[in-house]
Amino acid sequence: MDPNTGAGPDGHGTPVGRRLVLGMLGLGAGAMAAAPWLQDRLETALGAVADKDPTGVTGLLPNGGGFRYYSVTSSVPPKDAGSYRLTVGGLVDRPGAYRLADLRALPQTRLVRDVQCVTGWRVPETPFEGVRLSTLLDAAGVRREARAVRFTCFDGAYSESLTLDQARRPDVLVALKLRDEPLGHSHGGPVRLYVAPMYFYKSAKWLSGITVTDEVRPGYWEERGYDVDAWVGRSNGRDDDPTA
Amino acid sequence: MTPPPERTAARPPRDGERDGGRAAERDEERAGQPGGGSRVLRFSPAERWIHRTTALLLGACVLSAACLYLPALAELVGRRALVVTVHEWTGILTPLPALLGLASRAFRADLTRLNRFGPHDRRWLRAALRRDHRRQERPAGKFNAGQKLYAGYLAGAVLVMAGTGLLMWFTGLAPLVWRTSATFVHDWLALAIGIVLLGHIGKALADPEARRGMRTGRVERAWAAREHPLWRTDESTGDAAEEDAGKTGDGH
Repeated sequence: MDPNTGAGPDGHGTPVGRRLVLGMLGLGAGAMAAAPWLQDRLETALGAVADKDPTGVTGLLPNGGGFRYYSVTSSVPPKDAGSYRLTVGGLVDRPGAYRLADLRALPQTRLVRDVQCVTGWRVPETPFEGVRLSTLLDAAGVRREARAVRFTCFDGAYSESLTLDQARRPDVLVALKLRDEPLGHSHGGPVRLYVAPMYFYKSAKWLSGITVTDEVRPGYWEERGYDVDAWVGRSNGRDDDPTA
Repeated sequence: MTPPPERTAARPPRDGERDGGRAAERDEERAGQPGGGSRVLRFSPAERWIHRTTALLLGACVLSAACLYLPALAELVGRRALVVTVHEWTGILTPLPALLGLASRAFRADLTRLNRFGPHDRRWLRAALRRDHRRQERPAGKFNAGQKLYAGYLAGAVLVMAGTGLLMWFTGLAPLVWRTSATFVHDWLALAIGIVLLGHIGKALADPEARRGMRTGRVERAWAAREHPLWRTDESTGDAAEEDAGKTGDGH
């Protein structure tokens, strides 16, 4: 037996295993370097295939395109036109609650912008439609001491915040439609927030409560390290192209 | 750790029920052989623990990845913050059992065997590429060339996944373009690892004796002679004996 290895005659020959490990490390480093170029080509190719793919298999491939479902709770009870309520309260003169039909009766705004997730995926030119948040705030009568707006969700855990100035922007919606269809449950329906100029975690799904407050309270992911002011391209250490 | 009871070679295997009647029949045949010396040591207890803990960690890592990545599973499981934590920690701990295992002489010897390719391994690979299943075309030592390639590939891939994973985990570690590139490499390599892992599990499912080797440490001598004709089984038993001696305190 070979006294050095204990592996016997089986332990002689070319060290292919070691070369394979080092080769994988080299390949990984090379792929890192080539990634910006490679990713571009692959996204274009996969996007073209996904358009004509009835099986949906391409959706399972990395960067296969489209939205990804993120939920912070184990399950979210669905709500429909009958059970859905959106409350508006806090530092306002006229607190109240909206049913889905009430929201649909208000003036609707349609925006077509890119959606950018802080984890990297981007969905180009996605139409959202709904009521401007400023419309709801004006109807409730925001008091002078108010500085911010807090959003809560019927998943029971998620929350978000905007400053009052951010909340009054014309590209911040209480969205009822995505791609000109009623907002489905997995996309945060029947009603979600849509903050066009910010990373998509600001666009809270399953919106159920709007509370006007005197200061910004960090939301769910913001307590876990994400930026509160989440401008696309100017926060979270990212430099994506702005979405608004 | 005490020496495995299997080392008292005459012990009748208890695992027949897992593989159904076929295995039970084989066990009876074996029990009928004089001396019961038909089983040879393939994996020491340390090696089996390395395999078990690695499989557990990597399995949890892959499952949590699926719950983060596949829309249907993500909707079913939710709890994103928890699943992310499980994925990060099982992932970064996956190399640990093998690193600790370097203390085992039997494991180090097997790493040497996995590392070294002899002429017979090239022959095995050429036959595999031709889909040639004839025994004489598939010479193998303790590990065949396919197992050697799998081991090297997976070891390298796990390290690349750990590196790219750390870049995504600790976002302050490197500039953004690195993080985007790391995500790209991590996602695609995950797919490649998943396919190869399915192959590994499929091969194991197809060979009950190979599974028994990893479960009990011992395999039938006939199986060893058939699947690994160049493996000198007496030597590896010697390794394990040394290791056991070490554990009882009178060795290295």
